[in-house]
Amino acid sequence: MEQGHIKINIDGREIIAKEGQSIVQAARDNGIFIPTLCDFKSLQPAGTCRMCLVKVGERYVSACTTIVSQGMSVENESVELKENRKSLIEMLFVEGNHMCPSCEKSGNCQLQALAYRYQMTAPRYPFSFTQRKIDASLPYLVVEHNRCIQCLRCVRGVKAKDGHDIFGFIDRGGAIHISVDTTDTEAATEVIAQKAMDICPVGALIKKGGAYRVPIGERKYDNEVIGSDVEKERDKV
Amino acid sequence: MSKTKLIVATTSLAGCFGCHMSLLDIDERILELVEVVEFNRSPIDDFKEFTKECDLGLVEGGCCNAENVRVLREFREHCKILVAVGQCAITGGLPAMRNGISMKELLEEAYFNGVTVGNKMIPNDEEIPAILDRVYPCHEIVKIDAFLPGCAPRADLIWEVLNRIIEGKSLDNLTYKNFKYD
Ligand code: SF4
Ligand code: FES
Repeated sequence: MEQGHIKINIDGREIIAKEGQSIVQAARDNGIFIPTLCDFKSLQPAGTCRMCLVKVGERYVSACTTIVSQGMSVENESVELKENRKSLIEMLFVEGNHMCPSCEKSGNCQLQALAYRYQMTAPRYPFSFTQRKIDASLPYLVVEHNRCIQCLRCVRGVKAKDGHDIFGFIDRGGAIHISVDTTDTEAATEVIAQKAMDICPVGALIKKGGAYRVPIGERKYDNEVIGSDVEKERDKV
Repeated sequence: MSKTKLIVATTSLAGCFGCHMSLLDIDERILELVEVVEFNRSPIDDFKEFTKECDLGLVEGGCCNAENVRVLREFREHCKILVAVGQCAITGGLPAMRNGISMKELLEEAYFNGVTVGNKMIPNDEEIPAILDRVYPCHEIVKIDAFLPGCAPRADLIWEVLNRIIEGKSLDNLTYKNFKYD
């Protein structure tokens, strides 16, 4: 084994991981999909959504924030974990107002795509029908609070040119909601609106003027199950 | 001996009839369908009342008024398998966007303040079914046995589900490309 590599096993399958990697990254490198929502590429993981919950020994841990260690044994695909994940997706759907038929992100939304993967029909929890605002005051960006899952991807990933924050959070717990610094001139730019829309896993950040361009049937998750791109690599490793 | 046909009832509650349109969208397969099912209470054959007990009830739309609730309960009573068809039946759908807004504000917007309102008055005839405090998904009113997502559900999904029910098969793992919420 190369220097800096270690062995772990996921669902009984031994894989080689790089030291310092998260379980999610190591799994992905080996063609194993662990569903995620708040985890995004090279951003510092935040562990806010709990979508990636796996079992290490008897403990549940979030796979995006847990670093691999030699000999670690991870459970990912059990019936119990699948059920947990489906239940968590349902909670997210009832917590906000996710009206897929009228959402610009439909077909390209990661929350919806995960719900398709786990075949959610009707959530087992009652819908909250909570009232949240839609802020369309910026020239290029719409902030649809009804759809925000508080993953913090925008806060962590969309920055001004000199690196300062544009997105932030107000309040905590159930009242938590994102806010945009509208006094910042960069917040009003098309570039930032596009970045925000691209980084948001759901339809909470929408760039004005570009919706519904891709016909139904050709959108990202219309035919492709989320995670199947990762799983396709499995046979190659 | 001719096979006994599956007896089917359908209705549209707080829906737009899009789900029924999607059912008709199975195109020429409707000829195959009438070989194996018989419609009872349904807008498709214009039966206004149940004339017999049904094997399957397809419900489009959620409940926004007392009449919707009455019809839904009647469907539950007369149908062995009751299926919520489409996002409105499953989640309340677009009509449920009113949920959380006060009734006063809603009625005033619709009958007084709306830009196209001419004769300003809130309708109050006993013939008009009472409006509910909010729109309810069907499964919050009666027990629902299966859900068919989509707005409207793809015709192919409806076809797949009908066939599985006719064949007595499970509704798990429906075809991915047909299983959509929009
Ligand atoms: S707006 Fe989007 S990216 Fe930002 S926290 Fe909400 S869901 Fe996440
Ligand atoms: S992806 Fe790990 S907690 Fe969100």
